[in-house]
Amino acid sequence: MRFGVVTFPGSNCDHDMIYVLRTIMGQEVESLWHKDKDLKGCDFIVLPGGFSYGDYLRSGAIARFSPIMEKVIEHANKGGYVMGICNGFQILCESGLLPGALLHNNNQRFICKNVFIKAASKDALVTKHIPKNEVLKIPIAHGEGRYYTDEKTIKQLKENNQILFHYCDEQGNVTKESNPNGSLENIAGVCNSGKNVFGMMPHPERAADEVLNNTDGKLIFESILNIINV
Amino acid sequence: MSATLEQVKVTVETAKELGLLPEEFEKIKEILGRTPNFTELSIYSVMWSEHCSYKNSIVWLKKLPKDGPHMLAKAGEENAGLVDIGDGLACAFKIESHNHPSALEPYQGAATGVGGINRDIFTMGARPIAQLNSLRFGNLKSDRTKWLIKGVVKGIGDYGNAFGVPTVGGEVFFDDCYNTNPLVNAMSAGIVKVGETVSAISYGEGNPVFIVGSATGKDGIHGAAFASKDITEDSANDLPAVQVGDPFQEKLLLEATLEVIKTGAVVGMQDMGAAGIACSTSEMSAKGKHGMIIHLDKVPARQEGMKPYEFLLSESQERMLIVVKKGREEEVKKVFEKWDLNCSQIGEVTKSDRLKFYMHGQLVADVPAASLVLGGGAPVYHREYTEPAYFAETKKFNINQVKEPIDLKEVAKFLLAHPNIASKKWVYEQYDSMVGTVNMSTNFPSDAALINIKGTNKAIALTIDCNSRYIHADPETGCAIAVAEAARNIVCSGGLPSAITNCLNFGNPYNPEVYWQFVGAIKGMGKACTKFKTPVTGGNVSFYNQSSSVGKAGGNVSNAVFPTPTIGMLGILPNKKSATTLAFKNAGDKIYLIGERVEDINCSEYLYSYHGVKLSPAPYFDLDKEYDMQQILIKVIEKGLIQSAHDVSEGGVFIALAEAAMPNKLGFDILTDSEIRQDAFLFGESQGRVIVSVSKKHDDAFVDMMVKSKIPFIVLGEVTKKGKFVIDDETYMTVEEATNIYDNALEKLITE
Repeated sequence: MRFGVVTFPGSNCDHDMIYVLRTIMGQEVESLWHKDKDLKGCDFIVLPGGFSYGDYLRSGAIARFSPIMEKVIEHANKGGYVMGICNGFQILCESGLLPGALLHNNNQRFICKNVFIKAASKDALVTKHIPKNEVLKIPIAHGEGRYYTDEKTIKQLKENNQILFHYCDEQGNVTKESNPNGSLENIAGVCNSGKNVFGMMPHPERAADEVLNNTDGKLIFESILNIINV
Repeated sequence: MSATLEQVKVTVETAKELGLLPEEFEKIKEILGRTPNFTELSIYSVMWSEHCSYKNSIVWLKKLPKDGPHMLAKAGEENAGLVDIGDGLACAFKIESHNHPSALEPYQGAATGVGGINRDIFTMGARPIAQLNSLRFGNLKSDRTKWLIKGVVKGIGDYGNAFGVPTVGGEVFFDDCYNTNPLVNAMSAGIVKVGETVSAISYGEGNPVFIVGSATGKDGIHGAAFASKDITEDSANDLPAVQVGDPFQEKLLLEATLEVIKTGAVVGMQDMGAAGIACSTSEMSAKGKHGMIIHLDKVPARQEGMKPYEFLLSESQERMLIVVKKGREEEVKKVFEKWDLNCSQIGEVTKSDRLKFYMHGQLVADVPAASLVLGGGAPVYHREYTEPAYFAETKKFNINQVKEPIDLKEVAKFLLAHPNIASKKWVYEQYDSMVGTVNMSTNFPSDAALINIKGTNKAIALTIDCNSRYIHADPETGCAIAVAEAARNIVCSGGLPSAITNCLNFGNPYNPEVYWQFVGAIKGMGKACTKFKTPVTGGNVSFYNQSSSVGKAGGNVSNAVFPTPTIGMLGILPNKKSATTLAFKNAGDKIYLIGERVEDINCSEYLYSYHGVKLSPAPYFDLDKEYDMQQILIKVIEKGLIQSAHDVSEGGVFIALAEAAMPNKLGFDILTDSEIRQDAFLFGESQGRVIVSVSKKHDDAFVDMMVKSKIPFIVLGEVTKKGKFVIDDETYMTVEEATNIYDNALEKLITE
């Protein structure tokens, strides 16, 4: 199984993602460049965090038009795995691979801190092996992370078990206080109806190295690998 | 040759308007053997400004210790200092001010400060891995201060976050003396393989000279000269002197720069900061003892009709000057093409020692490179200094003039909520502190920021410290304290102090009382750096941080900001296992206070803000005893005998205990020293003290080692489970109450 991590100009979590996948999780990883026109035989594509093309217009709005995204969209439409973290999530929403949009945080400021999330269903690859009710401490770092979509879509997301994670408190209660950015229904991550495209604002790759005293994020990578390696 | 130069008449009046002194104008005429034209005069005016030439400070800066066993590039040799950290790696680190631009346009001023300091690091070939900053503002009750802090913090965040280097530490301090002049000091540290660095040098006749990165506009013209003036009501007219930043371009420039160095085609490189093309061409040429021919019309421009002096002085951001080995131009161009950045040849290296600038084939300036730079022809001044009257006043303070308050709980709450002490969460949560996945302090709070060096057993520790109130009270002692506190933070975190960078923020150097503060601070810094074996690797001088004064010689020391020599220190953890947290870990662990106990409330936040006593001497400080205390702390950490270590600083023992208790929601039960006034024991800021917690298992070994060391220490009490802060059998508050006050106080003040 080969992971491909895309670097857009302005990506800044690409090295972190590669480090976790390759050095900590021991996986084969290929670097993909935004001008590339093929996926170099990768099966699982990761769009990392950062500020693609500067994000001066709207986060992720320009990246979706890059040459590599044409291939990523093709890959996803054929059922291939794609995961977007933070800016990657924003790009997936902008390109229509995931429903909804990410708006400015409700306090209008960039927020970087540890938050708590828990898996909303065990239906998707990234949450399948996370123990039920397990609360994960994972950092966020974004200015535009307030998940929003219309009522009809939210209903569909619930019916299809497309919500991946909710923000919650340390005890696992999904409360208003534990919602860091004003996301609709505390949504921290979603997947598409085909369950092969995933997006989340929190950064699991920032919580996967023992030396940083928090490896909760590793559970998400382990969940992905348990399935794939079977 | 000069016959083809443009012949706009300049006089001593023109020189004065550009900020030069009449005697400096004479000196320029002497160097050139003729009257300079306007373009040339402009070049001299920026290159000889304090910002670029250090003309009023270099005499004293040279007295600072520069040598250390691990120094690879000493102060003044490169864009930043370079320290060998072992394993074939080196750390480049530096601090720089962006005070004047931030006073007028806080968002862009602070943002471009971040951009500038990072360019200083990666222009040497080092990849920045951590940023810090030191911010000082006036009274938070004023709307202007609120506007400034919001803008500065957003500026630093937006630039640093997009650039993708974590902001791992810093300080924020408030005092009325910063009402007009806020201080914005930014620091960056990067890692490079030893032997793979690039110098800011130019040589080799015929080698092409390239400008890369953003196009050049009219922004920031005379920025360096602007930074060398007092802030007045007319300063808003200098707005074009503030630059505009683009972190996206900077990120691309970083990646492209590091990639182009790997080609081996680069002779030398320098980033363009203050004084733009004029500065980079002259400093690189002077260093390599060669000249250059530069065609200014070949510089990619943002707008039409730019004049030669505008090209030369523009401080447009995100640009670099690169001298390339002749014949290898294509390799260089290819890299910048990949990153969609400008890369234009604008000239070549010549054998002579002169810089010749052309515009559409016409010679517009012809100056000897060395005459422009520090250590070459730039002027060097010995300024006079006199002790200000207030200094004698500080000595008159005696603790008996202050009555001990009846309710110390109220004092404790007052201090927890004081913006100089309360959590700076509102600020640092706007910075990405975790990108790069190297910040070890996120989940393991420590006095200095601990940065993992991936692929090695090592970590580095970084801190930034300066209590400017102490320095105002006594520049020499106060600045020695700043160095000692930085070292203490490194040691408490498990590191060994290695080297410092400094950012010297002062008032107008032509004022002898301001200059007395400067001289005192340098003396104190020199002594402390010698003691701690932490050489000064470089930094930056920012004078004129004061509100309007009458002419250059005028003004009053009371119009100036507190003397603020910010110290950025690098420490090394040879083994990251020695990383030590400031947080209490387990109930039942014993709490000890290491260091001398003195009845002293001098200069404390308690005395200054609670009692309103504005003048008192610097807190008690003994350099030798401080050093010895730190040495024993290094040993007990090495032996793994302590659970936590936190230095006693602003707010005294009480605040240190509270800060240690809050992260894990624990409490403490302690007894004060009956020999010392309770308020002094709890809130005094005498130096050289650290609070440690020790588990039962290691208690005997710890006590044994401490007794043998003869360093004073006492047991204060123990860590408790229920989260109560108990002092002399009295409950002061619960950890929840303390956290609520401490975490929210600053946001309330800023947003109310």
